[in-house]
Amino acid sequence: MSTVSLTYREAIALALADAMDDDPDVLCLGEDIGAAGGVFKTTEGLFERFGGERVRDTPISEQAIVGTALGAAVTGLRPVAELMFADFAGVAFDQIANQVAKYRYMSGGQADVPITIRMASGAGLGFAAQHSQATENWFLNVPGLHIVVPATPADVYGLLRTAIDSNDPVLVFEHKALFTQRGDVEPGRSVPLGVAEVVRTGGDVTVVATQFMRWRSLEAAEALETEGVQVEVIDPRTLSPLDLDTIVTSVERTGRLVCVQESPPAGGWGATVIAGVVELAFDRLDAPPILVASDATPVPYAGAMEDRWMPSAERIADAVRRSAEH
Amino acid sequence: MTAAELSTDRLLDAHRSMLEIRAFEDEVARLFLQNLVRGSTHLYQGQEAVAVGACMALRHGDTMTCTYRGHGAVLAMGAPADRSLAEILGKADGLCGGKGGSMHLTDVGHGALGSFAVVGAHLPFACGAALTSVTKDTGAVSLAFFGDGATNIGAFHEALNLAAVWRLPVIFMCENNLYGEYSPLASTTPVSRLASRADAYAMASHQVDGNDVVAVHAVTARAVERARSGDGPTFIEALTYRHRGHSRSDPNAYRPDGELEQWLERDPIVVSEQTLKDRGAASAAELATMRDRSQIWIDEISARVLAWPEPDLAARFDDVVA
Repeated sequence: MSTVSLTYREAIALALADAMDDDPDVLCLGEDIGAAGGVFKTTEGLFERFGGERVRDTPISEQAIVGTALGAAVTGLRPVAELMFADFAGVAFDQIANQVAKYRYMSGGQADVPITIRMASGAGLGFAAQHSQATENWFLNVPGLHIVVPATPADVYGLLRTAIDSNDPVLVFEHKALFTQRGDVEPGRSVPLGVAEVVRTGGDVTVVATQFMRWRSLEAAEALETEGVQVEVIDPRTLSPLDLDTIVTSVERTGRLVCVQESPPAGGWGATVIAGVVELAFDRLDAPPILVASDATPVPYAGAMEDRWMPSAERIADAVRRSAEH
Repeated sequence: MTAAELSTDRLLDAHRSMLEIRAFEDEVARLFLQNLVRGSTHLYQGQEAVAVGACMALRHGDTMTCTYRGHGAVLAMGAPADRSLAEILGKADGLCGGKGGSMHLTDVGHGALGSFAVVGAHLPFACGAALTSVTKDTGAVSLAFFGDGATNIGAFHEALNLAAVWRLPVIFMCENNLYGEYSPLASTTPVSRLASRADAYAMASHQVDGNDVVAVHAVTARAVERARSGDGPTFIEALTYRHRGHSRSDPNAYRPDGELEQWLERDPIVVSEQTLKDRGAASAAELATMRDRSQIWIDEISARVLAWPEPDLAARFDDVVA
């Protein structure tokens, strides 16, 4: 099939439209996703095309949005719930962590739970502490959820299609700083869960990064190339399931690992990747693994403060140099 | 007689069903004291008329969600008693393969979509089942049981609001048993008539004697009819009383003297026996035989289920994801 050039935001809207076209049981619900087209325009055109019964505007009620989607999923629909900001997952935390994630298990597998929960995530746009967090790490410790963190238009399209087709709950984190990112998308092509992408090959240091940090890591890799350091950049694309094999295989070659995470360091996927690599490939490491993370503070508002909060290409490059020189 | 009124044959069924739930719960209590039931268990003695009366108003395809005090409601939906007891005992052939236990009895095949153990958390879920009904135009009704305590939690208000604004076919069945865990209602809730909470959502509401199975059935049947004809949700407050404590650790010290005794006179089984006698449907001797039969029924089930195998440990990794 031919490819089309789309922004990340357009790729989201296309994935939702294609999923709704393919399956009459797919239904979207969320705040201002219908007539308004979504505050980030990620549902633009859907209401006009599919109507208010399938593109449902909800009250500002995150627990009701997620819980209703769960009940609908268990009884035969394939709902796609939107939380306007990933921070608001906090309002629906019980629904996601206790209800959605555990329904299949507690019932002994009596029903499928085909629910997708989309949320706009990430810092860099001056939204301050309650509208900027990348909250995927909150859910890493909850079995029963798939966690998807796409960085490109093709990945957000393909992973959304997979999420909606999946018979399990999938949390899809859509990074706000990537909405205008443009790239080629092949309509109809889904991206499987648990398959990392080796974005750039290099033999000296393995860098693992997701979403906005993938792009900053690539920037750092280009700069380091001129210094003669060859960086391999891996984007896991999905954190649960996590493709640790691809990362371990790379580290077995480079002997060096840097994880880059846009959130505070404690209890996150970066630490999980490092723990996995240390356990599986300790003898192959030539340097201690490094976690480049945000500061352990809420996301600050002021431009310079927020810039400093997020790992920069320079900080990533410094970490890679430290690893290479060890 | 209108459709909302229970015929004598159906009242006999309802009575038998309440007796079975009572016998089942007494047996769970007995097994609990033998340390055969893990964790905690929340018993339903005293509230049987609510589950039985309401579930009898449903038809095949309708769904039910309930709380961790849910044995009665799940049985009232037709879940097999042996597999229900087996789940409470953590057996391999329990309804949920031993992974859910007393607080999570679920039988999707019988429309019992789940027993939820975070207060009020299932009310949005009930809206979701109703959304499927509306979207697929199946006519199915979604019945949700919850306690008086749930009317103070956020999910309750979000769910009632959404159900009202989308006119979803949900029946919110509030079992007001006067206590949220150990706290009397008045100490936690500024309104005494919980049905009035529906007014804030422009939702139809009723109060009913929750110990009278005929009355519970009638009010539910009317709400079901409303829901099926597209007139939206109904809130029903069933006034009832739990004979036992909240859970295993309950000291039961909060009840005023004489309160339990007063409610025991209005035991739903006693009330139903009186109705059957009044209708000339059963003699005192026949009613006594029914009680004895329910005991024989549960004794046979319990003896059989206790011998069932424990779960295979490898199964603990199943059903996390598809």
